[in-house]
Amino acid sequence: MSEFLVNIEHERLSFFTPVGEVKALNDVSFHIKEGEVLGIVGESGSGKSVTAYSLMGLTAYPGKLLGGTLDFNGHRINDMTEKEMQKMRGNEVSIIFQDPMTSLNPVYTIGNQIREVLKLHTNKTKKEIQERAVELLELVGINEPKKRLKQYPHELSGGMRQRVMIAIALACEPKLLIADEPTTALDVTIQAQILELMMELKDKLGMAIMMITHDLGVVASMCDHIAVMYAGNIVEYGTTDDIFYRPKHEYTKGLIRSIPRMDTTEHERLIPIEGTPVDLLNPPKGCPFASRCDNCMRICLREKAPVIHFDDVHYSTCWMNQKAELEGGTKQ
Amino acid sequence: MVKYILKRLGMAVVTIWLVATLTFFLMNMVPGGPFLSEKAVSPKALAALEEKYGLDKPLFEQYLTYIKGAIHGDFGDSLKQRGRTVMSIISSKFPVSARIGGLSVLLAFSLGVPLGCISALNRGKIGDNIIIVIATCGIAVPSFVICTLLMYTFGVKLGWLPTLGLKTWKHYIMPVAALAFYPTAYITRLMRSSMLDVLGQDYMRTARAKGLNQFVSLFKHALRNAILPIVTYLGPLIAYTVTGSFIVEKIFTIPGLGGEFISSITNRDYTIIMGTTIFLATLVILMNVVVDIVYKLVDPRINLK
Amino acid sequence: MKENPNPLSFQARIKPDDFVPASNEEKQSLVIMRDSVSFWKDGVRRLKKNKVAMVSLIVIIIIMIFSFIVPMFYPYSYEQQIRGSEHLAPFTYSQAEQERIDDGEHVFPHILGTDKHGRDYAIRVMMGSRVSLIVGLVAAVIILVIGSIFGSIAAFFGGWVDILMMRIVDIIYTIPDVLLIVLLSFALKAPLEALAQKPGFGWIQVMGRNLISIFIVFALLYWGGMARMVRSQILTLKESEYVTAARALGASNARIIKKHLLTNCIGTLIVTTTLQIPSSIFTESFLSFLGLGVAVPMPSLGSLASDAINGLNTYPYLLFIPAILISLIILSFNLLGDGLRDAFDPKMKN
Repeated sequence: MSEFLVNIEHERLSFFTPVGEVKALNDVSFHIKEGEVLGIVGESGSGKSVTAYSLMGLTAYPGKLLGGTLDFNGHRINDMTEKEMQKMRGNEVSIIFQDPMTSLNPVYTIGNQIREVLKLHTNKTKKEIQERAVELLELVGINEPKKRLKQYPHELSGGMRQRVMIAIALACEPKLLIADEPTTALDVTIQAQILELMMELKDKLGMAIMMITHDLGVVASMCDHIAVMYAGNIVEYGTTDDIFYRPKHEYTKGLIRSIPRMDTTEHERLIPIEGTPVDLLNPPKGCPFASRCDNCMRICLREKAPVIHFDDVHYSTCWMNQKAELEGGTKQ
Repeated sequence: MVKYILKRLGMAVVTIWLVATLTFFLMNMVPGGPFLSEKAVSPKALAALEEKYGLDKPLFEQYLTYIKGAIHGDFGDSLKQRGRTVMSIISSKFPVSARIGGLSVLLAFSLGVPLGCISALNRGKIGDNIIIVIATCGIAVPSFVICTLLMYTFGVKLGWLPTLGLKTWKHYIMPVAALAFYPTAYITRLMRSSMLDVLGQDYMRTARAKGLNQFVSLFKHALRNAILPIVTYLGPLIAYTVTGSFIVEKIFTIPGLGGEFISSITNRDYTIIMGTTIFLATLVILMNVVVDIVYKLVDPRINLK
Repeated sequence: MKENPNPLSFQARIKPDDFVPASNEEKQSLVIMRDSVSFWKDGVRRLKKNKVAMVSLIVIIIIMIFSFIVPMFYPYSYEQQIRGSEHLAPFTYSQAEQERIDDGEHVFPHILGTDKHGRDYAIRVMMGSRVSLIVGLVAAVIILVIGSIFGSIAAFFGGWVDILMMRIVDIIYTIPDVLLIVLLSFALKAPLEALAQKPGFGWIQVMGRNLISIFIVFALLYWGGMARMVRSQILTLKESEYVTAARALGASNARIIKKHLLTNCIGTLIVTTTLQIPSSIFTESFLSFLGLGVAVPMPSLGSLASDAINGLNTYPYLLFIPAILISLIILSFNLLGDGLRDAFDPKMKN
């Protein structure tokens, strides 16, 4: 247990909306070691962000944790009081959100918002806090930090604001940084800069990162492990190489087919994944991806596939693998 | 900033002039004159009075004379209350209205903002429903109904509170409560929806993710953003309430500016009508400018140009 | 839900044809698509679900039936003064009426009693609601028409026309309205009276000159908000990407206006107009209270209430009934407006 910084087991979480129960997470399990980068990949609504928020105790209002255990840095999140959680947030675990334009409070200066988190979690004097704030802005590559501290969010560009968000997140040197699609709202060139900055800071500070994204390109360049999520399930988990070179779930395969490739000379068509995601209000009883899967089989419609481990790390839940295994088994 | 304020003040002058002009010609359309209703005025004396106040001259000339005087700060004498200048009447009546109005705005603000917050924070729960039902009913009840209900219950039936005049602090309770009723309900509703809007913003999530407790994230991060619409509403509200409500002053017989305005119209006291109108218009317009400046102070994004 | 850790038990359940590829039909049977519905249907559906709004709508309809239809069949008229029946309490009869009942005649009860002139109060309250509703509806329509014409002209022409027109709105906005209403109502009294004497303008007398001056006041002062709103809606739409997209796809102006501008504006227009009705009724009751409302003997809820204030100690119900009714009407329109906004304002969709 203690070998992992984060250990989530069999997490189930639902949102109880007026129209019905939305099953956002169905039995999600994974772990992150210290200093490791885990990428969580999936389309909108697959439960990526919900998982991350639940780890910080930030599940939004109609959401409710129904089962499973969440451990982080020696805390059992399930049993923590709000007060204990407040001590942990921003201190041991921090988060960067998708949209830097709206994630900073427009009526306070950058400095105010950075100092706030330092005041909360450290015993530094006013002067030390100010020095640390300057240092943090320098760390995230913002020039003229003293001047910037006095500016308001609307006076900075999107990339700058995301740097400020990172500075706030890193202020107390957390063990885990959750990055919730940190680059989605930014220009492509800025995206690369921000990712580079994050990797640089990870090496410098030695924190673990949980990188949530729908962009496979992002995870390929920086993650140690990748979890592919679909409709509230982790459908495949493995090292980055496993996922990119030995994908075992039909959804993962589809995702990889849909990435533009630079290394082919011929004109290859990108293959999109057809169809729309499942309705989490009425999740199908079989494989959630079945209706969009090209190799869908009858059993996929009827029953959920079991977890199949390919090695210590790599696992997937797809009947195709079961089929291969069974066929292999009967042949023997 | 300075340029913006100057521009706004320039527009204010135009608006006030427009209001003054409109009022001047409108009130001269009202049939009858200031001295007609007085009995035992001989035609000769009437002519003398009209000559004294310049009412015998062509309307447009009267208008020019008035505007000329007003620019120099001379709003003339009251036509009916002999020997009193318009300025002195306004300066004696305004404080009465301002006291009641100011108190009721204070009451409305200090009740409405917390109620709206409580309601928003308990969204969908019983407390929210109760507050929102009362507030919605509150904006639906006309002020004269409130006034008479208050007067009937506390003044007549229970006899707890005095009903007329403004002698002791007890006299203030009912008029202030009646005047504060609508704005309280309105501010509560406004605050609730604005608070709900702010609570759903990303920066509130950031605040929680930083580890702030709900108290701090509410008071520091939410309140200042959520209060912006209230500031906008407060400006004109203050202007209208401190200048006196016709209804409240009529029902509770308070010698304020609102009542003065109504009686000046019925009396055709032209100079008082003009004076009070210009006074009120100026106050309303200035309050709007003040609101814009306060807005700039609360919200750094606003760029006054 | 939980996967079975024992692979044997699955194998027991697995038949060979389970691994046969599923046909498209089989796949489709899984996809439960929620019906995509049009903007209007969707809005109406959401409105119907909103209990508060539906109750308000029913209350409004009931009040309308009582104020427009019931008076036609009512045995008393609002101006008919019954001698000897002054100040009757609800469901009581005057001596004369009692004698008639004793004679075996049927006398319709005074459900809400009578006022100081011996007029049946129930019919007066109904007529009062009628007047208040007419004021609210007509004023809202006036504001809607003037405001949207002014706003759309400003938005379509743009440039200095827009600036000038919006400056006018700014100025109208800052004019203290209550003052001008009072002043206008006084000032318009005489000219309208004179006009009413002329042939062809007899209707002014019927409607009451105060009612008309109230409408003129609304037409002069209250359209600013509507104009601003319409203008900003149109400007946003003009700039919005889907209109550009529609244009790029070759949609005609007429189609863009019909399909995009109208569907997007009308929701907001309906809501604003609905919310305008109670505020007009409010203003009318205020003016009636000051004696600037509709002409006697025509009642409005405001004038009924203000008449009743003098006799408050003895006949409190004379005040309470119209007061409650005004509040009920205003409340219902407000709640209905809120409901409409939730249902039809696409931006509020969540």
